[in-house]
Amino acid sequence: MPAKPRIRLPDSARVGEVIEIKTLVAHAMETGIRKNADGSSIPRLLLHSFEAKFGGREVFKASLHTGTTANPFISFFMKVSGPGEFEFVWIEDGGARITERQTLRIA
Amino acid sequence: MSWRGPGPPHAPPAQYRHCLRCCQDGARIFARIVCGIGLILSLAFTSPRFGTAGAQERDDRIERALETYRSMMKADPWSNPGMLDVDRGEALWRTPGGPKNVSLEGCDFGLGPGKVDGAFAGLPRYFADADRVMDVETRALWCMEKLQGFERTKLITRPHPGAGTPVKDLGAIATYVASRSNGRAFAAPLSHPRERETLALGESLFFRRSGPMDFACSTCHADSGKRIRLQPLPFFAKPDEARKIVGQWPAYRVSTSHVMTMQHRIYDCLWQMRLPEIELGSEASVALISYLVKQAEGGEISIPGMKR
Repeated sequence: MPAKPRIRLPDSARVGEVIEIKTLVAHAMETGIRKNADGSSIPRLLLHSFEAKFGGREVFKASLHTGTTANPFISFFMKVSGPGEFEFVWIEDGGARITERQTLRIA
Repeated sequence: MSWRGPGPPHAPPAQYRHCLRCCQDGARIFARIVCGIGLILSLAFTSPRFGTAGAQERDDRIERALETYRSMMKADPWSNPGMLDVDRGEALWRTPGGPKNVSLEGCDFGLGPGKVDGAFAGLPRYFADADRVMDVETRALWCMEKLQGFERTKLITRPHPGAGTPVKDLGAIATYVASRSNGRAFAAPLSHPRERETLALGESLFFRRSGPMDFACSTCHADSGKRIRLQPLPFFAKPDEARKIVGQWPAYRVSTSHVMTMQHRIYDCLWQMRLPEIELGSEASVALISYLVKQAEGGEISIPGMKR
């Protein structure tokens, strides 16, 4: 059973407030540089990008590379424009996607 | 091979100097973590290399930087990837599984079937149904075997994860159950004679030298201030050191990117001591855990911890 990504939003926020969004995802982030015991290369398998949308609009985007930790923790800040739903997407080499949604409550 | 950066000797290189500021003014946690790692590395490579006074100063600085890193992690438990396995363990706990397709919610950790809140604080303890003393992992193993119908031999063959792979299901379940005692203090019962017997066995194993290297646990863990490479080793015979450490296991291990459980920790210690492989759930493993928990009695539980 793979671990589900963790998303942390404030319990509620006011319009105009700057909030911190924290995300944590389980991934080995295999660099492609390491070798097996028999000397063969372990193929690269990274989450190469992370995107966050709020109400369908992109609010944060990051490219991840071989120097990014396994199980990456990414946090970012956003000014709240109103109520809406977040969509977080991590894209793996080869195109597989991990998607998580969460609604922001407005006080 | 000392790292030669600009700036005065004994100071972190310029590119990490802002870390000291960002650590102080409470800037973003993410930046602080990155800074913390850089700071630790820069301190490790720029400090003086000769003379005991210099070495001592370097050790203290590394220890302080590591402590800053750990306190940042503790201040925001959210940055600990071990939490992913707590969630995974919870899902495994609730989801029907195994050949019998039942959930573990009927598993009794000492407070009644399905009651996990606070149960870990009262382990290891004697369980009449199994007629033996069990720690959290041994109990989870027993429940997976008896309730869900898993084969015991399969669960205890290669039960611990390799570097870079997540903790196995059993370990994730144990981590979840243990985390439900966070904020409580260790208070394992010693009312049953078997509990006292297990503790006595654990204590004698802790001090018993054996194997080709003539090692005992106490060879490394019975003095303050000892370490392996950069890792300080707790002195378990001293309760205040045990109280600080034991409640952090299971812990997320940064160097191997997975959660390491207490049974895994002991397995690895014994491997390093060149002793025969200790079996998950064996009497000896539970006895050693009983001894560690007894030494840490009253210590706060804060799981998952965060290790190098």
